[in-house]
Amino acid sequence: MVTGLHTSGLRGKIGRAQATENILGKPVVFRTHGGRARAIEAGEVKIDIAFIGASACDPMGNMNGVDGKSAFGSMGYPMVDAMYADKVVVITDHICPFPLSKIAIPMQYVDYIVEVESIGDTALIATGATRVTKNPTDLLIAKRAAEVLIASGYIKEGYSFQAGSGGASLAVCKYLKAYMSENNIVGSFAAGGVTGYLVELLEQGYFKALLDTQTFDVAAVDSIRDNINHIEMSVSMYANPHNKACSAHQLDVMILSATEIDKQFNINSLTGSTGVIMGALGGAPDTAAGAKLTVVVAPTMRKRIPIVVEEVTNIVTPGDTVDVLVTERGISVNPKRQDIQVMLDQAGIKTISIDDHLELVEKLTGKPEQIQYTDEIVGVIEYRDGTVMDLIYKTQTHQARRSFD
Amino acid sequence: MKKHLRRTMLFCPANKPKHLFTSMIYEPDCIIFDLEDAVPFNEKGAARDLLVEALKVVDYGKVEIFARINALYTDFGADDVRALVPAGLRRLRLPMCESASDVKELDALLTEVENEHKIEAGSVKIQCAIETPKGVVNSLEIALASKRVTSISFGAEDFTRTLGTDRTKAGSELFLARSTVALNANIAEVDAIDTVYADVEDEEGFIKEVESAKNLGFAGKSCIHPSQVELVHKIYTPNQKDIEASIKIIEAAKNADIGKGGVIVVDGKMIDIPVIAKAERILELAVGAGIQIGGAGNYEFK
Repeated sequence: MVTGLHTSGLRGKIGRAQATENILGKPVVFRTHGGRARAIEAGEVKIDIAFIGASACDPMGNMNGVDGKSAFGSMGYPMVDAMYADKVVVITDHICPFPLSKIAIPMQYVDYIVEVESIGDTALIATGATRVTKNPTDLLIAKRAAEVLIASGYIKEGYSFQAGSGGASLAVCKYLKAYMSENNIVGSFAAGGVTGYLVELLEQGYFKALLDTQTFDVAAVDSIRDNINHIEMSVSMYANPHNKACSAHQLDVMILSATEIDKQFNINSLTGSTGVIMGALGGAPDTAAGAKLTVVVAPTMRKRIPIVVEEVTNIVTPGDTVDVLVTERGISVNPKRQDIQVMLDQAGIKTISIDDHLELVEKLTGKPEQIQYTDEIVGVIEYRDGTVMDLIYKTQTHQARRSFD
Repeated sequence: MKKHLRRTMLFCPANKPKHLFTSMIYEPDCIIFDLEDAVPFNEKGAARDLLVEALKVVDYGKVEIFARINALYTDFGADDVRALVPAGLRRLRLPMCESASDVKELDALLTEVENEHKIEAGSVKIQCAIETPKGVVNSLEIALASKRVTSISFGAEDFTRTLGTDRTKAGSELFLARSTVALNANIAEVDAIDTVYADVEDEEGFIKEVESAKNLGFAGKSCIHPSQVELVHKIYTPNQKDIEASIKIIEAAKNADIGKGGVIVVDGKMIDIPVIAKAERILELAVGAGIQIGGAGNYEFK
């Protein structure tokens, strides 16, 4: 029986039930990718048993995610678990002779191997390469974001880049690519969840390396297996703030999406406007803190729900670490980044204040009704360093009913 | 007064609420909210209601807003006019214009509605859609049928259907019709707007058609997808060399005061009124494309 959860995010029925009914009877602890690795390594979270799926494993427990019929790519997340769990159980559908040629997690951490017929449905890993969106709004946002990046001066020889995989984020690369090509710019590395599109950029020489904690499609799985410059990295190496170094801190540019962003540039990517838990922290707080320039790309509204708001439902990524917001209706620079504001002004890029941005949106959506909460805490949002960033409260019953409708 | 650029007319079905408040973000020169072909029969009333409400509350900025109303011989056309004009719409596209009388009928209805709602007489303008061989032949009388007519547009889909032919990528079946519409628009001193290009995926074919439209004398192109807007604007944006030459010509003409005739020489080339007019047009397009001219960024036209 599950009595508690420590996670990056919750979706669907569980997220809704915890937010509206507190089904666990205690708060869920939400951590960033880097925060999770930090908490495990610091001993704040004790793993008694780690069950780790591997697409290939030898009889001594050396394993990877790139060989076998169910290859899925990087094992960035379980790498940390294997090192700190009391017992490690590998679950695999492909046992190879010792020694496995490419090892993601080595045998010294492994206690048991369980062979099963299939570790999962590979059809559910995106087949082929993730394509760049064709949604015209996302493309418009991406194009403007690329213009912001270029004008800000960060797109230069050896720069590093990370973007979320969805919507406008990936499309930013499409527009940067043309600029890089025209100006003979080669980036040092691109990171994050890796898609086939990033692989194409690597293969075409736009970046020298990819750092991969999670592989998003089959094209990227092939690449991480075959291309020496496509590097598998643990989530700790990616984003643990208490490491001696981590890749999130090496980033020049980070592109983030958001469920909500407010006047202080705080980002929410976890809870919806009805108070329901429906997203995740992911690596957003880690990369925003580490990158020299963090740009949020988001539409101003989804359906009738405003994304730019007076105050976010919950703070996931603090506004202090967020520099620019780009939506389909405008560009706003965090007043704390006057240097960026000046660069954009000089480049003739039109910006609006975040207050005006909000006003534009509220003219169309109206002011949203405030959610009514009880005083029962159902979730704790930890910042990457382990401090409490925000609390999620249980919503009142009528609110709950509405969110079920 | 600055002339309104009509390089792009982005079609948006008025029965889709999202389009009513997002279409302007793509910055077309004009948006045409469609109440006609794109709207199913049973949604005609709802689409009209949506558009009326949108016109009252949505800020479209500099974008010129049109509605393609239903033809007046349908059950919806007159009601479209009676609802939209009081809601603030000042630009109507009349589909299937075949003769001057089609325009005059709408003109009369508009005069009545303007009177009824105390709207400035003649302030509602008409774009006439030429979509049949008969319309093409009569396009001059159509363009001259009312002072309200500011532009005529060509629609190739209905045209080829009526003619009993198919639309090809080469477009030779449209050459005479497009040329005729562009010529007659020029004679009547109204804008000519070219037909839509339906294959959204075929960027190359679209670009070719826009280039030919520009060469034939069309002021702009009807677009059915936001991705087409930027492509048209690029083609209609003059290059730096032409802009600089035009500035020189205008400056020289101003100094020589040849507004009423005569010839001057700029860089060894003979400059007369038609060349000056062309230079003005180039600067107009440049300003429309957001290019800063002479540092002021706001070039004044006559």
